[in-house]
Amino acid sequence: MKKTRLLGFTAAAVLVAGIAGCAPPEKKSEGGQTESGGNASEATSAEDFGGMDALVEAAKKEGQLNVIALPPDWANYGAIIKAFGDKYGIKVNSAQPDAASQDEINAATQQKGKSTAPDVFDLGQSVALANTAMFAPYKVATFDSIPQAYKDADGKWVNDYGGYMSIGFDSAKVPPVADVNDLLKPEYNGKVALNGDPTQAGAAFSGVLMVALSQGGSVDDIAPGVEFFRKLKAAGNFLPVDPTPATIESGQTPVVIDWNYLNAAETAKLPSWRVFVPSNAAVAGYYYQAINAGAPHPAAARLWQEFLYSDEGQNLYAAGGVRPVRADQMMQAGSIDKAAVDKIPVIDGPVTVPTPDQTEKATKYLADNWAKAIG
Amino acid sequence: MSRRIRESLPLLPFFALVTIFLIVPTATVIVSAFFVDGVFSLARIAALFSDTALSALWKSVLLSASTAIIGAVLGAVLAWLIVSSAPTSVLRRAVISLCSVLAQFGGVALAFAFLATIGLNGVLTLWVQEHFGWNLAGSGWLYSLTGLILVYTYFQIPLMVIVFVPALEGLREQWREAAVSLGASTFQYWRQVAVPLLTPAFLGSFLLLFANAFAAYATAAALVSQGSPILPLLIRAALTSEVVLGQSGFAYALALEMIVIVAAVMIAYNALVRRTARWLQ
Repeated sequence: MKKTRLLGFTAAAVLVAGIAGCAPPEKKSEGGQTESGGNASEATSAEDFGGMDALVEAAKKEGQLNVIALPPDWANYGAIIKAFGDKYGIKVNSAQPDAASQDEINAATQQKGKSTAPDVFDLGQSVALANTAMFAPYKVATFDSIPQAYKDADGKWVNDYGGYMSIGFDSAKVPPVADVNDLLKPEYNGKVALNGDPTQAGAAFSGVLMVALSQGGSVDDIAPGVEFFRKLKAAGNFLPVDPTPATIESGQTPVVIDWNYLNAAETAKLPSWRVFVPSNAAVAGYYYQAINAGAPHPAAARLWQEFLYSDEGQNLYAAGGVRPVRADQMMQAGSIDKAAVDKIPVIDGPVTVPTPDQTEKATKYLADNWAKAIG
Repeated sequence: MSRRIRESLPLLPFFALVTIFLIVPTATVIVSAFFVDGVFSLARIAALFSDTALSALWKSVLLSASTAIIGAVLGAVLAWLIVSSAPTSVLRRAVISLCSVLAQFGGVALAFAFLATIGLNGVLTLWVQEHFGWNLAGSGWLYSLTGLILVYTYFQIPLMVIVFVPALEGLREQWREAAVSLGASTFQYWRQVAVPLLTPAFLGSFLLLFANAFAAYATAAALVSQGSPILPLLIRAALTSEVVLGQSGFAYALALEMIVIVAAVMIAYNALVRRTARWLQ
């Protein structure tokens, strides 16, 4: 009884959405059924479709995949999107490539029920863990080979790739950076940029955490990091500019604190660009991959996951300078792209990965103190 | 009765538009600022008194007031020069047309123009660096509040010209002749006739400029990426942050704060305009 009423309501909502005409409504019947008669948006593994081939078939029938906030020069996403599209003949619609994690969730909420809503998410830690209710649980074929710490037990989210916080610099313009404290020297006047505002962007947050560790702070005490940036600003070294590949190549931001894979990607375009990961203050971060529970292309969304966690997808990540989550297992199996993985920095000492609680405490401190420090 | 309905029909689209684009959003902001999950609460309003919010408010007011003063004074002088030239002169028409365009030139295009000229790699920055050895861009002052003041001034002056020229044109030649025939010097005419007549119009224009700068978003968003110094940017941060989550309530409160301030400014503006209208029509 309740179900029929819900259906009636959905039908009415679809009708209204159709009249509003912002985007054609998702037709539930199209490609929504799996081989075994189940609903694609409730499938939790390829088995539910009747095997991998049936999943590919269902995804092809949908014909499209909506991804969001995947910059082409970030973790090799440009190549990954192309490879996926070519392999399966599915059109990948990449919306707002430069958007932040929270924008992905906002887009999914605002476009709920429309064919333009994002199918899959690639999120920073805090946004991912705060929104697990929006994710559809799904276990890829390689689920068991992913370390326990990097996945939700039900497959609601799985870490896809990670990296270390690093300092990138143009060796043609500034002396080499060998220590975080070097950045306070007069040679770096007006040259040091941070990728975003740490109260807004995950990368910048990790950058401040890295600096905090180098200044005697800890993952529970980010204050020394904020203090360092205050000194950097007072010395006139801190540039309040959001670095992009364009600002790096044109020389506007000769020193950039960012993920090592983003900095490494710049070396391909600017040969004098070097990447330094401080071994006494190594901060690692993993991104979170998840399927939108209301995905307009549920089968394509699941196929995308299968692709990302296949050897092929993981090696494509590695080629982008990031550490794919299955790296260890693939190294043992010998299926990893050696040439690509050799370029990824290896840290011998301890590596810091903040827990959600620690992140929350640190962001609270940042929200109250960051603007004051660099204002 | 039916006639009245028929006559008011053409107004329907207008009311529909105002309802959808003005009343509904404003009501949403007001309600959401006070109700958390359907329960009345002052928590969101209380957050407006945190250091971050107060500092953003202060800097927004500082930015709007300083650019409004600079814009009003320079714009008024320019408007006076324009009005002094012959009504048919090409220069006059050209300057007025130009002002109409430049007053709407805020936003990303304006920010880009400045970045391309005096940004870290701007044309002028590089030229000066090469010939004089000075670094115009310094340590990125253009990307901070100082930079915003300069950039905002560029759309404030033309706006002042547009709104102030009609007031100057309303100043009748006969009044000056009357003053002179009564023995007033030029200084006395300005001090005792023209300035008192123009003061309400000038203050009104100043308030309009203030509101204009206070609500501007795109220009600042394109320039500033650190620290969210002003209110519109703080609202952006509260909505899009991927680090500090669940702040949309704070954004509602900030939006309400902006609505209240702009409403107060516009009420004062209307009062001044009414006063001006008594004389300068």
